Amino acid sequence: MSLISEGADFHRPLPAHAAIAEPSLATVGDYITLMKPRVMSLVVFTALVGLAIAPGSLHPFTGFTALLCIAVGAGAAGALNMWYDADVDAVMTRTARRPVPMGRVQPGEALAFGLTLAGFSVVTLGLLVNWLAAGLLAFTIFFYVAVYTAWLKRSTPQNIVIGGAAGAFPPMIGWAATTGSLSLEPVLLFLIIFFWTPPHFWALALYRADDYARAGIPMLPVVNGAANTRTQILLYTLILVPLGIAPWPLGYTGAVYGMVAAVSGAIMLMLSWQVLRERAPAERASRNLFAFSILYLFLLFAVLLVDRGWGGLIARLAT
Amino acid sequence: MGRANCPTGHVSMGVTMSEPHDDDGIVLTEAQKRARRSRSIAIALALAVLVILFYVMTLVKGPGVLVRPI
Repeated sequence: MSLISEGADFHRPLPAHAAIAEPSLATVGDYITLMKPRVMSLVVFTALVGLAIAPGSLHPFTGFTALLCIAVGAGAAGALNMWYDADVDAVMTRTARRPVPMGRVQPGEALAFGLTLAGFSVVTLGLLVNWLAAGLLAFTIFFYVAVYTAWLKRSTPQNIVIGGAAGAFPPMIGWAATTGSLSLEPVLLFLIIFFWTPPHFWALALYRADDYARAGIPMLPVVNGAANTRTQILLYTLILVPLGIAPWPLGYTGAVYGMVAAVSGAIMLMLSWQVLRERAPAERASRNLFAFSILYLFLLFAVLLVDRGWGGLIARLAT
Repeated sequence: MGRANCPTGHVSMGVTMSEPHDDDGIVLTEAQKRARRSRSIAIALALAVLVILFYVMTLVKGPGVLVRPI
C-alpha cells in the first residue's frame, strides 16, 4: 500500500458542501476590506515619515515603490489576520461584518490572498529597493500574523503591548528603504509607536470589554479589570509623552516639533488622568482618549515630516 | 450533474428542459459573473502595475540594475 492511499478512502462520497464549491460572490471591495485600509493608511503615513526624514538620497519613484510595497505588505498582514481570526470576528460586534465571517470570502481565499500579497510585496521591495527593508517588512508581517494574531492575542493580556511592535516597524522600514541601514532615530520612532499602542488600544478595550469577553480574547480590562487597565494606561502615557518629545532635545528636529509634542502630550496625560478618575459604566473619557490618541500620533509624525522630511523630499524631487 | 441558476442568486442542483445541458458544468448567476469580472479586472490591473513598476525602476536604476550585492 502506498503512502498516499494509506490514509484516504477514495470510494467514500464527499459531503455535499465539499463536493460542490459555491462560486464566489466576493467583490473587489471585499478584498480591499480584507487589507484593512484604515490601518494601512496609518502604516503608509508612518513609513513615509521614516522614509522622508532619513538622510541620503532616494529617487521619488523608488520612494513610491517602497511605500507601495509597505502598503501591500500591511494589507497582506491584515488579510492573514482576518483569515485566522474569522471565528472571533464573527462573535464581536465591531468585526462581525468583515468579509470572512459574513461568508463573502472563504477562509481559504483570504489565506491565499494574504500569502500572495505578502510574497509579492517582500520580493518586490527586495528586488527594487533593498533587502534590509524587505527583510524588515517580512519580519513585520510574520510578527503580526504569527506572534500577535496566532499566539499572543488569545493567550495573554499583554497581547497588544508586545504585538504592538508590528505596528511600530513601518517607520524603520521606511528609513531602511532610504538608507539601507538603521540607526537610533528610527528606533526612537519605533518606541513612540510602541508605547502609544497600549493606551490607544486599552482605551478602546475599556468600552468594548464585553465584546472581547464574549469572543474570549484576554484583553487587559477583561482579565485584570477596568481599574488596573486605567492605571496602566496612565503609566504607559507617562512613558510615551517624554519619548514623544525626545526627538527635539536629541537634536533630530526643531522647537516647533518640541512644542507640539509637549502640548499634545500634556493633553494625552490629562485625558489618561480623566480615564483613571472615571468609573464604570461611564466611558466618555475612554472614548475621548481613544480618539485623541490617533490625532496625537498623527500630529507628531506630521510635524516631524514637515520639520525634517518635507524639505528633504522637495530637495530630492528637485534633483 | 450540471447546476443551474436559482432565483435567489445561488447555484442550485437539478436540470429542466429549458436549462443548460449536463455538459455545461457550473453555470454562474449574473451576480457571480459580475463579481468574477470585477475580480479579473482587478488582477489584470495589479499585474499591469507590477510590470510598469519593474519597467520604470529598471530605467531609474540604469545600467547598474543588475550589479547588486548578494
